[in-house]
Amino acid sequence: MHIVVCIKQVPDAKNVRIDPETNTLVRQGVDSIVNPHDWYAVEAALLLRDEYGGKVTVMTMGPPQAEEALRETLALGVDEAVLLSDRAFAGADTWATSLTLARAIAKLEPVDLVICGKQAIDGDTAQVGPGLAAHLDQPYTTYGRKLELVDGSQLRVERLTDFGYEVVQMELPAVVTVVREIGDPRMPGLKHKMRAKKLEIPTWGAADLDLNAKEVGLQGSFTQVVKVFSPPPRSDREMINGEVEEQAEKLIQLLKEAKVSGL
Amino acid sequence: MKAIIDKEKCVACEECVEVCPVEAIEVVDEMAQVDDTCNLCGLCVDACEYEAIDMPEVQAVETDDIESYQGVWVVAEHHNREVHSVSFELLSVGRDLADKLEVELAAVLIGDQLQNAAKQLVGYGADRVYLAEHPALHPFNDESHSKVLTELIQQKKPDILLAGATAMGRSFIPRVAVAVQTGLTADCTGLDIGEDGLLYQTRPAFGGNVMATILCPHRRPQMATVRPMVMKKSVFDSQREGVVEAFAPSQEALVSRVQVLESVTEAQETARLTEADVVVTGGRGLQKAENFELIEQLALLLDGAVGATRSVVDEGWKAYSHQVGQTGKTVSPKLYMACGVSGAIQHVVGMQGSEIIVAVNRDPEAPIFDIVNYGVVADLFEFLPALVKKIEERRS
Ligand SMILES: Cc1cc2nc3c(=O)[nH]c(=O)nc-3n(C[C@H](O)[C@H](O)[C@H](O)COP(=O)(O)OP(=O)(O)OC[C@H]3O[C@@H](n4cnc5c(N)ncnc54)[C@H](O)[C@@H]3O)c2cc1C
Ligand SMILES: Nc1ncnc2c1ncn2[C@@H]1O[C@H](COP(=O)(O)O)[C@@H](O)[C@H]1O
Repeated sequence: MHIVVCIKQVPDAKNVRIDPETNTLVRQGVDSIVNPHDWYAVEAALLLRDEYGGKVTVMTMGPPQAEEALRETLALGVDEAVLLSDRAFAGADTWATSLTLARAIAKLEPVDLVICGKQAIDGDTAQVGPGLAAHLDQPYTTYGRKLELVDGSQLRVERLTDFGYEVVQMELPAVVTVVREIGDPRMPGLKHKMRAKKLEIPTWGAADLDLNAKEVGLQGSFTQVVKVFSPPPRSDREMINGEVEEQAEKLIQLLKEAKVSGL
Repeated sequence: MKAIIDKEKCVACEECVEVCPVEAIEVVDEMAQVDDTCNLCGLCVDACEYEAIDMPEVQAVETDDIESYQGVWVVAEHHNREVHSVSFELLSVGRDLADKLEVELAAVLIGDQLQNAAKQLVGYGADRVYLAEHPALHPFNDESHSKVLTELIQQKKPDILLAGATAMGRSFIPRVAVAVQTGLTADCTGLDIGEDGLLYQTRPAFGGNVMATILCPHRRPQMATVRPMVMKKSVFDSQREGVVEAFAPSQEALVSRVQVLESVTEAQETARLTEADVVVTGGRGLQKAENFELIEQLALLLDGAVGATRSVVDEGWKAYSHQVGQTGKTVSPKLYMACGVSGAIQHVVGMQGSEIIVAVNRDPEAPIFDIVNYGVVADLFEFLPALVKKIEERRS
């Protein structure tokens, strides 16, 4: 079984914030990290490989330094990695991203399963996984918390819904996004770390994927960001002091004034 | 491509250098210069007081016959044949958008035996309900529902399409957007029509630390998922009249490659987390699972749902479905009460969209107090029982 895991390198949430005084974005030496949700995608793939055998390939579309993110996951025992990097990919929205990833997955054929994280913490769109499935014209499901192979060619997925959970089953090849309940990612192993450092990672650009510059990146995107701004500041903070009894009374008053029901 | 600097206007103030999240801008010879790491996020354009920075012009291929796309649509979500409250919220904002554009507001209802739901949608503001009913469309299935919606869009051509940013909406709408080849903006918290007649979609990015306004100028429909609990629903009017128009999907659309073997509804509590008006969250300060009773008691009194931090979930005091934050759920209730929660950024990004935030923590330096409306420095084991007692007294 060949599983492709899509991961994204994102700015660490800790580093991105608005300075309340100057109202500008603060950037303290932005660290890049592997999108936290994508570790669960990697873990899900490795669990399947441990059980049923096969190979896991990680893939990311990003700037050249996104290669670091790939190597971090190789250290957990992922078999291969592919970097999709090209100036023309910059500024891609979810349409252009999922199209580019889909072309690269097609080039890696045969691929039995694609696993994505629930969402990326920079854009928080959760659109790339389902979009990818649409471009590949494959069945898919989202929010998987348990993956299981049935009869060798079917994937059974237990998935979270807003109401509880569902069990769904589909023919491979397929696409699935996963959540934290998959299980905590394993620790990097020494042997894998050594290999991760040295492994040759191919880089593919638009031309390698038979995509022209108009189909990728900002040019190939349908949505455009026209404005970026700070969220409106929260109304002034009020600390409620005094004895516990007084504090409780005061809070009830304030919440009543704010028309919170039930008080 | 990268951000474009107007050499005439740039004064080398370095404001753009400060805001660039990928360190792509440098001032060289009294002039800002952008290197290839630029990812076209647009933050610098906004930061530049001198209007010296622009994004490169893009000209996506326009949808054919773009003028023929008209009307505002709301995709109605339902569970066990009951319409989800987010759909009513969407009808209310959809009504405003439709009135501004002077067009019809339609709801789309896909499933089986949904006549009552259709009437309800009219009462909440829909002029028309496209009703696609078939036993094969119940229960919800991402693939068949997305195919039916795709067929409907291709035939009726709406200008704008809105759906709830719920687990269901976020799972199947992206597939529809790709199938009809248009843009989709996720998890919007603000929608408006601009003077150019386009849909201005505002949403949080970077976990709510930044807001972005997004357009889809050249493709139709303009599609967005909208965060529940942000828009106010309008008052139900049982006298309102509207047309219920049956839609017969093709045989092919009814087939799904994904079989739903089992669908389990768990305790009401978890389900309500993203919909409740009040969320009471407990953190590690609760010390052990049994103490969550304090949180549950208060939540029950306020008709609210129970949230948990990741630490609490890791300890096994609460199920993962209660987790709020980066790796859990995003909530934006009217009142969020964080008790014994330190306020780590990964938690905060999941709740900072709440209308009123209250924190109870015995440590006055806890970071959670940086984002509250009301802060209570107290021992939660003393404060919560006192609060509960006072609320109960008022009731009796
Ligand atoms: C990649 C990643 C993703 C993450 N995702 C999430 C996420 O989705 N959601 C999430 O919540 N966290 C997440 N975290 C974890 C997050 O960083 C914090 O560790 C976590 O939120 C802390 O939980 P806490 O506030 O319950 O515990 P603590 O940080 O231990 O805080 C407990 C607080 O309780 C107070 N307290 C103790 N006793 C009392 C008392 N008797 N009365 C009043 N106050 C008291 C203390 O002063 C303290 O402030 C993530 C972390 C990482 C690295
Ligand atoms: N540039 C990218 N390269 C590889 N995978 C990506 C990329 N962007 C998004 N993904 C995958 O799609 C998931 C959802 O991302 P998003 O739709 O951006 O929230 C992520 O968790 C990744 O698995």
